[in-house]
Amino acid sequence: MSTPEQQISAAIQEAIAENEILLFMKGTPEAPRCGFSARTVAALEAVGAPFAAVDILPDPRIRQELSALSNWPTIPQLFVRGDLVGGADIVAEMYETGELAEVIGVEAPAGDAPAAAEPEAPPLTIENRLS
Amino acid sequence: MPTTDELKQRIETSIPGANADVVDLNGGGDHFRATVIAPEFAGLSRIEQHRRVYEVFGPDIGGPIHALSLVTRAEA
Repeated sequence: MSTPEQQISAAIQEAIAENEILLFMKGTPEAPRCGFSARTVAALEAVGAPFAAVDILPDPRIRQELSALSNWPTIPQLFVRGDLVGGADIVAEMYETGELAEVIGVEAPAGDAPAAAEPEAPPLTIENRLS
Repeated sequence: MPTTDELKQRIETSIPGANADVVDLNGGGDHFRATVIAPEFAGLSRIEQHRRVYEVFGPDIGGPIHALSLVTRAEA
């Protein structure tokens, strides 16, 4: 028997493994609930990267288990192909330098008009897997 | 309520040779930005550099310190 925390942890690991680009954030890409999450979504949309997102707000245990796994205390957290790329500051810095597009594997946008990207999957709701 | 001086001191005490510049982002004493320059960051990835600074504060991050925005470098 696994505890609810272990189940959440397993669901998080599965989400990270299954989604090439995954953002753990407060709120949703359409309605971010924190400025840092909003900034990170904006950077991902600006490089035109389709991404999946998990809202950590519905259950405090999501953040707790995520931070335990990633050894990273704050939200948002961006994972690309299973690896933690960083939080809002690092993603913003990498966007400025063009590294974000590189890491994600898309061409850096030629123009300065940010392309709106459709998420490749609807935002995950990890807590629903537990009921 | 943590102050910018307290944060600066904690960073500089815990990371040898570090120079920290801390600002209170909204004047509320819970959202901060720290620019940290430390020789030991040389050769570390950004993630590792930020983790090192977060470690200084442990559970205070997400507690009294709601947000700590970071810029880290090995050299000025």
